[in-house]
Amino acid sequence: MGNKTVLYPQHLAMGAKIVDFGGWDMPLHYGSQVEEHHRVRRESGMFDVSHMTVVDITGSDAREYLRRLLCNDVARLKQKGKALYSGMLNEQGGVIDDLIVYLMTEPDVSGEWYRVVVNCATREKDLRWMSDQVMKMDVALTEQPDLAMIAIQGPEALQRVKSVVSPYRQSLIDGLAIFQGQESEGWFIARTGYTGEDGLEIMLPEEEAEAFWQVLAEAGVAPCGLGARDTLRLEAGMNLYGQDMDETVSPLVSNMGWVVAWEPSDRFFVGRAPLEAERAAGPASKLVGLAMETGKGVLRHGQSVIVDDAVAGEITSGGFSPTLGYAVALARVSSATGAEAEVEMRGKRVSVRVVRPPFVRQGQKVYS
Amino acid sequence: MSNIPNELRYVASHEWIRDEGDGTVTIGITDHAQDLLGDVVFVELPEVGDQVSAGDDMGVVESVKAASDVYAPLTGEVIAVNEDLEESPELVNSDPYGDGWFIRLRLSDADELTDLLDADGYAEHCESES
Repeated sequence: MGNKTVLYPQHLAMGAKIVDFGGWDMPLHYGSQVEEHHRVRRESGMFDVSHMTVVDITGSDAREYLRRLLCNDVARLKQKGKALYSGMLNEQGGVIDDLIVYLMTEPDVSGEWYRVVVNCATREKDLRWMSDQVMKMDVALTEQPDLAMIAIQGPEALQRVKSVVSPYRQSLIDGLAIFQGQESEGWFIARTGYTGEDGLEIMLPEEEAEAFWQVLAEAGVAPCGLGARDTLRLEAGMNLYGQDMDETVSPLVSNMGWVVAWEPSDRFFVGRAPLEAERAAGPASKLVGLAMETGKGVLRHGQSVIVDDAVAGEITSGGFSPTLGYAVALARVSSATGAEAEVEMRGKRVSVRVVRPPFVRQGQKVYS
Repeated sequence: MSNIPNELRYVASHEWIRDEGDGTVTIGITDHAQDLLGDVVFVELPEVGDQVSAGDDMGVVESVKAASDVYAPLTGEVIAVNEDLEESPELVNSDPYGDGWFIRLRLSDADELTDLLDADGYAEHCESES
């Protein structure tokens, strides 16, 4: 028996098929994951992401602590509520986890407060690492296990949420920029997500979560499981920790170079030196997209990528793209890989195009 | 509990067989199988005229979760394949014993039918696997 979120009874009542995910009993789907995927691309769907780990970081050194801990630079957060995607690296430049950090207070006030959301499967090692990195700084790390989190995603997501919240929260949602969140009476409402659609991620007290989930369902928001979450994020070209990157690889070979803030050049962050060396030498591999536009079959994790009859790399995440109607994948391949490759699938080779992710954003094919 | 119609016969690899009474059978995969697979996205089947032998792999079902071989439960000649699955593989999920059928086979040896599991036998088999 795994951990259960406060919404577990709702999942059962809505007919979810439950699977283990990082020690949590979570919904895989509520009937059809492809149908759920389409609902998010076309209307709106909701995901229980209460299993994710929320940690608040406070203290007079909170900012300096995070500037050292993360490869992206929290000094880029210039507005209350703004969010930043980052990697947390080890001393070799490998990715301990990827995360989102929100600035919860106004910038540049003394005693800034940040909120970090990390993956559930990496919770223990993350917390240990974060705690080890405090050293002598004035920083307090406070986990928030009593917060539930619901992601509502899709072109109609904001409108549907607004139809069931107070006028104050409606106007708060109207005022949110992309990648920004705001607090409201114990809730934290952020315009973020993991699907490539507009949407919200809402943290709220556990005791309010069931009622909110129900009222969203009544407003026509489709409950969606981890299956659809995975195909949505794959289409959106978003990495899954533990699959597309882990401690053995750097952001530079994980299509995460954009989350490394090199400037200012005198900012120390853990993993900077090996990353600079790797950048100077030229990374040996890269994380690319693969699209199997013809033929039947599904690209899957672990399949070999072949170029000129030699193994050039491996698929890290693959699957059927419901939006495109064919299989797509993320693959780590040698830097020299060009625009065409083959994949070894069930004893035969199929042709794929090597493309730049994402594959789909806001319901539309976006790669070329 | 998955649906296991009494009038059909089954094999342990989760295909169902309907005896059409004229020396031919219709074959598909069971409700239990489609439930384990999740949404089916591609089905590859043999062609009309192909000879298949009991136990041969004769096709592949690709679902959101995994690729699975489909085994010929009996020996014979393929006389029809369900072409609707090309455009609508989800029929395997929505109607596994009806519109989601795979192939029709003309049997080489009708005695092979006696080797198949009945509904109770197949239910027990599923139970033993879970």
